[in-house]
Amino acid sequence: MVPPSTAQRLCFLSLLLLLLLLAAAASATADAAAAEEFTEELLLRPLPDRKALAHFHFRSSAPPASAAGRHHLLFPKAISQLVQKFHISELELSFTQGRWNYEQWGGYDPMSTNNAKPPGVELWAIFDLPLAEIDATWKNLTHTLSGLFCASINFLESSTAFSAPRWGFKLNEGNLRYGALPREAVCTENLTPWLKLLPCRDKAGIASLLYRPSVYKGYYHSQKLKLKSSQSLGIILDQTLTVVLQPNTVSGKQLHSTGGQLQPSWSMEHLFSKKLSGKCLVSKSSRVFVEIEKGIVDNVDKAGSDVSWNNDLFVLSTAPDRSLKELDNLEVQSSSLYEYDVNNYNNDKPLNVGITWKLPLIWSCTRAPYHASRFLMGSGNERGSIAMSFLSTGLDKQLVDSSNDCSIKAVVFQVVPWYVKIYYHSLEVFIDGNSKAISEVVDKIHVTPSEDKLLPGTMEMLLKFPCSMQLATLTLDFDKGFLHIDEYPPDANQGFDIPSALVSFPEFNSSRSYPEADPLFVSPLLENFKEDGVVKSYTEVLLVPLTTPDFSMPYNVITFTCTVLALYFGSLLNALRRRIGEEERGLKKADKRRGLIPLLIAKLRGQKVDPSESESTSPASLLRSKLLLKVVFVAVVAIVFHYLSNS
Amino acid sequence: MEPSAKEDKQPKPRLIVRLGIFLASHHILFSALCCSAGIMALLFLPSLAKNTYLSENALIPGSANPLFSSEDVTEANKFIKGIEAAAGESRGGMEMSKFIVQQMKDLGAEVCYHEFLPHSKHFHPLKFFTSMTNDLAVRPNGTYSNSGTNTIGIIRAPRGDGKEAIVLVTPYNPQKVQANEVLSLALGFSVFSLLSRAAWLSKDIVWLSADSQFGEYTAVSAWLNQYHNPMFVGGVKHEPDGIAEKAEFTDFKRAGTMAAALIFKVGETRNYGDRDSVTMYAEASNGQMPNLDLLNVVHYLAVHRQGFRVNIETISSLLSSAWLRAIAEVIHTLGSILRKINPDWKLDITASDYVEGTANLASSIYNQALGVPTGSHGAFRDYQVDAVSLEFSPTFYIRNENAKSSFLVRGGRLLEGVVRSVNNLLEKFHQSFFLYFLTAPSKFISVGVYMIPFALLVAPLPIVAAALADGSRKKGESIDASKTKGSADNLPTEVGSWKWLQAARVLLVIQLWAVIVSLLPYYISQIPDGTPIQSSVIWVVLAILTLIVLYAMFGSPYSAGVEWKLLKATMITSISIGLGLMSIINFATAQLGALIVIPMCLFSRPLKAQLGMSFLPRTVLCASNILLAIFGFPPAALLIMKGLSKGSWTVDLGDFWASMEFLWEWSSATYLYLFLVHLPCWLLCIHVLLHPCRQVGSKVKRE
Repeated sequence: MVPPSTAQRLCFLSLLLLLLLLAAAASATADAAAAEEFTEELLLRPLPDRKALAHFHFRSSAPPASAAGRHHLLFPKAISQLVQKFHISELELSFTQGRWNYEQWGGYDPMSTNNAKPPGVELWAIFDLPLAEIDATWKNLTHTLSGLFCASINFLESSTAFSAPRWGFKLNEGNLRYGALPREAVCTENLTPWLKLLPCRDKAGIASLLYRPSVYKGYYHSQKLKLKSSQSLGIILDQTLTVVLQPNTVSGKQLHSTGGQLQPSWSMEHLFSKKLSGKCLVSKSSRVFVEIEKGIVDNVDKAGSDVSWNNDLFVLSTAPDRSLKELDNLEVQSSSLYEYDVNNYNNDKPLNVGITWKLPLIWSCTRAPYHASRFLMGSGNERGSIAMSFLSTGLDKQLVDSSNDCSIKAVVFQVVPWYVKIYYHSLEVFIDGNSKAISEVVDKIHVTPSEDKLLPGTMEMLLKFPCSMQLATLTLDFDKGFLHIDEYPPDANQGFDIPSALVSFPEFNSSRSYPEADPLFVSPLLENFKEDGVVKSYTEVLLVPLTTPDFSMPYNVITFTCTVLALYFGSLLNALRRRIGEEERGLKKADKRRGLIPLLIAKLRGQKVDPSESESTSPASLLRSKLLLKVVFVAVVAIVFHYLSNS
Repeated sequence: MEPSAKEDKQPKPRLIVRLGIFLASHHILFSALCCSAGIMALLFLPSLAKNTYLSENALIPGSANPLFSSEDVTEANKFIKGIEAAAGESRGGMEMSKFIVQQMKDLGAEVCYHEFLPHSKHFHPLKFFTSMTNDLAVRPNGTYSNSGTNTIGIIRAPRGDGKEAIVLVTPYNPQKVQANEVLSLALGFSVFSLLSRAAWLSKDIVWLSADSQFGEYTAVSAWLNQYHNPMFVGGVKHEPDGIAEKAEFTDFKRAGTMAAALIFKVGETRNYGDRDSVTMYAEASNGQMPNLDLLNVVHYLAVHRQGFRVNIETISSLLSSAWLRAIAEVIHTLGSILRKINPDWKLDITASDYVEGTANLASSIYNQALGVPTGSHGAFRDYQVDAVSLEFSPTFYIRNENAKSSFLVRGGRLLEGVVRSVNNLLEKFHQSFFLYFLTAPSKFISVGVYMIPFALLVAPLPIVAAALADGSRKKGESIDASKTKGSADNLPTEVGSWKWLQAARVLLVIQLWAVIVSLLPYYISQIPDGTPIQSSVIWVVLAILTLIVLYAMFGSPYSAGVEWKLLKATMITSISIGLGLMSIINFATAQLGALIVIPMCLFSRPLKAQLGMSFLPRTVLCASNILLAIFGFPPAALLIMKGLSKGSWTVDLGDFWASMEFLWEWSSATYLYLFLVHLPCWLLCIHVLLHPCRQVGSKVKRE
């Protein structure tokens, strides 16, 4: 009876264990459900150039890892594993198509400073690791992300592709890595994995508005993933998608120049070809905001009416649940927000918020103090210069009293690939048409010169411009390098990209505050707006044409080299194996020995073959005529053969 | 018997050496054969032309339906009305550019003005090739009456990254508004407005309406210079004419690396011909051509989609010439005989095709050889941008509305199609040919084919030089031998082998003279108020003086007693080096130059040395020598060319100065060729012709 009893005991024990495990799991999930949160928000904003901006914001948060174990209810497991494996304390990955128009769409608000990104892929991460391990971890991270997002982020693995800025990009202790791939094409294959991280994907809730054709038809498209992780807070994952769309209100046909002056009235359906029917059920909150910019608010004030959702200038199609006033960092009202809670809408009563203009309105957005742009100078394949210009937008006149010694700070961060060999000593500064000494303008500079095939050049620069300045230009000369043939990317003849430079103005802050909001009202989107945001703008990507070999050339080179080698070895062997003495003997012998045909001819003629006679008659003339005969014979045969074969 | 025995003992030389010796011993026959073969090959070129084909697959021209429609035409008509009204109240043309800017702004494009001064080109020898880019236009203070204003509009591609741009250029003269220029502006504007709505753009579009009151080229090159090499010093903002609006647009705007440029204008309307036609101009400075694919796209779309007739420049006088027709018949017969031998040799083109091809080819070679761009596309080529000029010549009266709108639709669709094709390109133009001649809009001769005549012409030069040097050395040796036999002096026996140094010295002196002559215009052009005739007289006089001074310093070539054969050998060596170098810089110049210089060199023989010949060869040789020497002298050649083309045979020295000024103003390498290769060769030829033929040996003997 001993064996069955042990078996029974085992069975009992295992049952007990299972129960215990289940209980533990249940408690863990209960804990996680209490802490893990998901919120979804959408912000819509009419833009001055007849377009509309839509900003999707999804936040998933997970409690600190020790409390949750390895299981999650809402939070994407891939991300939490990523954070744990690579010890990431902060990470931002953005995929962008198109350019943010700083002139028209704003350069001095949280949207442009946080969500305007350079074209292509940009990735930066701060690691919670000893400095020596960071580079290796970064390499693994790029590979993981590239698998996760179906993109060639793994090209950032090579040490020529990423850099470690200290203060130009974001202040850090050397544990930040930054890389950009300006040429990466962004499309649905990058959006799908991004949507997979959401609990409802795009099946329900605000994400269901993401109708691919209308989203990718836009003028600007930037999807971003931002991670923050710490021991106390856990992991916070912010997923944002910013698109600028042309509302297709006029069916099919687009406006001609003459009729295109009026602001189009639009609604969600015009933008996304869809209406919003309910929230994602697991989300804690689901909101839609409509933001009316300062330019319009001022106009409404001027018109003498209150800034409500229905005023003299415009009317929103649905009454908002709440309206908020935004104050910028100078405590001036900058814009108003109208909030809609998606909870109140469902399939029978979908949300289709829109704006209808009552009067034609022209306004402009607030711009950054300087419009920064970058361009290439020079032509040819040898050398050139990079110029960066700062054009005053007139903002400083409003904000800063222009006393003589007042100055505006600007930080420039620029990474340049090694094959564009910048001579940093050639930095020149021109302000309003006058050449200035570098010490007058540059406050602080940190340069990591590039190393061939090893390191990109990185430049961080703190500039100080006088307030009265209209136009400043910085130029840097460079030489164009040569690449090894297998270092050329596909489509090498397009040229090579220099990633966007980042210009930030540390004295200007774009953060907003909401004094009227009640403390219970929590919105991660507005929290982000409240965060300290230094005004930033990215410059253009540059295209440098480099010398490109003719890639069919290897074939030619092989043929040429082989010919030369054959000639060389042929003559060398000839010289080595030739023995002059023997040759002379051989020649003498050849004189005695005669060819077959002459022998035959001689036989036919009935001559006697006499060696002594042959010496006396000149053999050279006979030989020559023989040679000529042979040549003529071969030529005739060739011509006849050719003719016959062709006809 | 003694030498023969020696020969027996010596080992046989290598085959290649024997071949060389064989060729050198028959050098007259060889050079005659090669030269005639070269000229034959040149005559065969039109029948060797191949049909063009699109080599870059990404271009896919005409694969999309054109969107340019009658609505765009109404847009264009509205624009025409507006700009004519603006031109009516024009104050120095500003109203027109203001109107254009307003229209472009309404489309949502970024706009800016670009002001420029016509900078007079100066001959600067040290900056021969770079003078275009680096000279600073000095602004005269306060006077802006003579500055031009370009108007630029930029469409940012909706989803593009702004790295590349396509440039459209329409030149117009705001001072003197003409109906056809207004029409080309309207065409440009309607295409621009269509592109501002296009969702498929991946490259930015720049529309430059160039102010052509100082010439199209000046306007376009000034803009390109500002785009690529801006000056940051001294560019203080100023408000001309006090227009406040304008100030906000003076900030120069840019749009990435240029992928291609398309210059188009509507030319004079014609009343004959069945179809509207487009003329393509492609030659840029120093014989550079845009990528053939660009021309192919234009030709394909114009002919197969929009039903235009496409022309290229041609020398029309050749079309009706009887002798060319005779040659064409001969070539045709020859070609058909060759075709019978091998059906794969498709050389038998019809006589009329041949004549037409030759006329086009001649114009193509001439334009490339001159090294002066045929339009404002040349300015783009200086910055490695492929560009082509299109000149539409419609066959209707400007006032005929129906015909005009149909023309606008087709022209607009053509431009849209070309922009779309270039927009499709991922890489820059690199697939197709850069070195080619055109014999028809759709036929080209690639570098591999047109090099053959030149190679055949140049091939005998080294052989002849070797033969001459060898012959002179042998003679020297025999003289030396006789000397050593005659007197047992210990005279240096190697005199003969080092004699060429004398000839080389003569050559160097003459080259030095040529360099000085080529630099003289820099100083002469600084003389104020010089008429062309005065300048050229000064030039000639100074040139002769320099030559005399140089001879006084280094000794005249005859005093040193250089043999004419050696002199000729060095001359031939130098000319083959010169032609070889020039063929790399500008092939067409080298090709045309070779046609004149090589016979001149090969025929040259001292007039005195000819005395020993019989009458007939002597007269032939003498006549051809003198003829070639006259024809080889640059001013004479210019005169003859002028006479042949225009029929006016007036001798005007000023003409020569003017045409040389034309060459160096455009920094054409042809100027360098003329003065550093051609002129010294001609002078050496004259020296050979007038050689006294006294032998050093005889002198020594007499002594």
